[in-house]
Amino acid sequence: MKILVCVTSVPDTITKITLTDNNTKLNKAGVQFITGPYDDYALSRAVELKEQLGGSVTVLNVGESDADPVIRKCLAIGADDAIRVNAEPTDAYFVAEQIAAIAKESSYDLILMGRESIDYNGGQVHGIVGEMLGLPSISPVMKLAIEGSTAKITREIEGGHEELEAGLPLVLGCQEPIAEWKIPNMRGIMSARTKPLKVVEPTGKETLTHIANYELPPARGACKMIPASEAETLIKLLRTEAKVI
Amino acid sequence: MSVLIFAELDEGALKKSSLEAIYYGSKVAELTGTSATVLVLGEGNADELAKAGRFGASKVLHASDAQLTEGNAMAYASVVAEAANQEGADVIVLAKSSLADSMAARLAGKLKAGLAANVIELPDVSNGFRVKRSIFTGKAFAFTELTAEKKILAIKKNTITPEETEATATVEAFKPALNNADFAVKVTKVEKATGDILLPEADLVVSAGRGLKGPENWGIVEDLAKALHAATACSKPVSDLDWRPHHEHVGQTGIKISPNLYIACGISGAIQHLAGVNSSKVIVVINKDAEAPFFKSADYGIVGDVFEVLPRLTKAVQAL
Ligand SMILES: Cc1cc2nc3c(=O)[nH]c(=O)nc-3n(C[C@H](O)[C@H](O)[C@H](O)COP(=O)(O)OP(=O)(O)OC[C@H]3O[C@@H](n4cnc5c(N)ncnc54)[C@H](O)[C@@H]3O)c2cc1C
Ligand SMILES: Cc1cc2nc3c(=O)[nH]c(=O)nc-3n(C[C@H](O)[C@H](O)[C@H](O)COP(=O)(O)OP(=O)(O)OC[C@H]3O[C@@H](n4cnc5c(N)ncnc54)[C@H](O)[C@@H]3O)c2cc1C
Repeated sequence: MKILVCVTSVPDTITKITLTDNNTKLNKAGVQFITGPYDDYALSRAVELKEQLGGSVTVLNVGESDADPVIRKCLAIGADDAIRVNAEPTDAYFVAEQIAAIAKESSYDLILMGRESIDYNGGQVHGIVGEMLGLPSISPVMKLAIEGSTAKITREIEGGHEELEAGLPLVLGCQEPIAEWKIPNMRGIMSARTKPLKVVEPTGKETLTHIANYELPPARGACKMIPASEAETLIKLLRTEAKVI
Repeated sequence: MSVLIFAELDEGALKKSSLEAIYYGSKVAELTGTSATVLVLGEGNADELAKAGRFGASKVLHASDAQLTEGNAMAYASVVAEAANQEGADVIVLAKSSLADSMAARLAGKLKAGLAANVIELPDVSNGFRVKRSIFTGKAFAFTELTAEKKILAIKKNTITPEETEATATVEAFKPALNNADFAVKVTKVEKATGDILLPEADLVVSAGRGLKGPENWGIVEDLAKALHAATACSKPVSDLDWRPHHEHVGQTGIKISPNLYIACGISGAIQHLAGVNSSKVIVVINKDAEAPFFKSADYGIVGDVFEVLPRLTKAVQAL
């Protein structure tokens, strides 16, 4: 089983977002970068499948050198090698084109991604890559089992889930509970230092979108407290003041 | 040029979020001086489909091939691409959903279209094509230019308020050419709660966390939800512990919702939980700990025990 896992380097989920440069850039000062949580699920399942079926796990990021710590952590968790396409990844089509180009160089049985990036929340790179490679893509995947050359998949749908079957190779966007997040151990961290991280230059530079500027949401007003002994007042306020019921 | 709107049916009726998309797409057509056509796949009766007219569309294309009953994202993307081609549509509008999201991703690749997800306002077309979209799960907004000829806008739910008119739309049958390769993924089983209000579509949501102590106590949450005609949701630990199904889990790693009312019961208000609910219009927090961080992001709060407060709220709603 040859698996490619595509990971993003994104601000930690607890980050308070601030802006700089006249609201045209996110302020990276003091921000801790982590692997996208959905990408972490994809990686964890990839490592489990490798342990179970043999094969290899390659991690791929389209990003600049500040993503290297996140890539090293993926190697520490159990990926065998990594590729970074050296470019600022500001557009999903551009990113997909890079991933598709790498995927065409080797024949992967599975290309695993997160269901969406937690920064730009596009949820599209897996679909575009699937289309570029002429492979089926499925997202969001909650369970993945491999039987021979067939994948058995559970996909979340509104109000439930569906079970799917498809032949490999496939492109999948993953989410919980596909696997438990893996935490790197000391041995993993040591061996990650010597695992190969290949840096390659991008192919093409076409983009279809461009962010002009950012804005932060207005703060919510003060919270109106209602004593528990008068809980019924809440219902009255929701009807007469907030007008939502 | 024209605007094509991809609308979804749920149990035969146009989804509320699809009506928002139809209204939004019709407004985009108005702004760009063209017309709006709606594409609907699956079983639906003519009266229901003609309803699209009340939200601004002039025409509905209806494809009801038996092969299109399962929500197959790849086949749907091919059908939408064919309809867009027939209609000469450069802008495709849809509401975010589990089906539309994966359909739109394929479509973006197929048409080489720029896709903006979580769009929350009408575009600015005065100089190019610029949309405002929510990023960082509601923690910021990005004004995004769509520079490609083809554009896909995935609208965030409950952020556009449609206005209805008396207009009607004509309904035409649409017979797409289906391609076997699009059916490479076989659906072997579908499990979907029926009759319940779908959480992502719900206007009102009652949600509960670890403060409920165990799955056996969910009756008080369900009772309040039932009285309000609300959907139920939960925090991540609750679905991790299997107290509630995964499709009820909201937050950073769960479903993102933006209802008119979100009532959080026994949920501490971790930042990852807030990420999924912070665009709710009104937030109510009920927690026995006055220091719970959730109160800082709430509009109304009650410091109290959910086991006492919830039954009283249910009674008060029933008495309305
Ligand atoms: C101004 C700006 C700066 C950015 N800076 C960075 C940065 O420093 N580091 C960074 O990693 N990203 C960066 N991003 C890129 C962002 O994380 C996405 O890669 C890209 O914008 C596509 O976003 P999306 O939300 O559509 O992806 P989605 O379609 O939501 O992503 C789905 C999945 O695709 C895969 N994927 C997405 N992007 C990448 C990628 N870049 N490399 C490998 N796999 C990927 C992941 O598995 C992800 O879970 C930046 C974006 C912008 C606009
Ligand atoms: C990368 C990442 C992603 C995550 N994604 C998500 C996500 O998508 N969604 C999510 O929810 N979490 C997510 N989390 C977890 C999050 O950090 C919190 O751990 C979680 O939200 C806490 O759930 P809770 O509020 O139900 O439980 P707790 O934090 O244990 O809070 C229980 C609350 O109930 C109150 N309480 C107890 N008894 C009563 C009573 N009788 N009456 C009233 N109140 C009572 C307590 O005062 C407390 O505030 C994520 C974490 C990480 C690291």
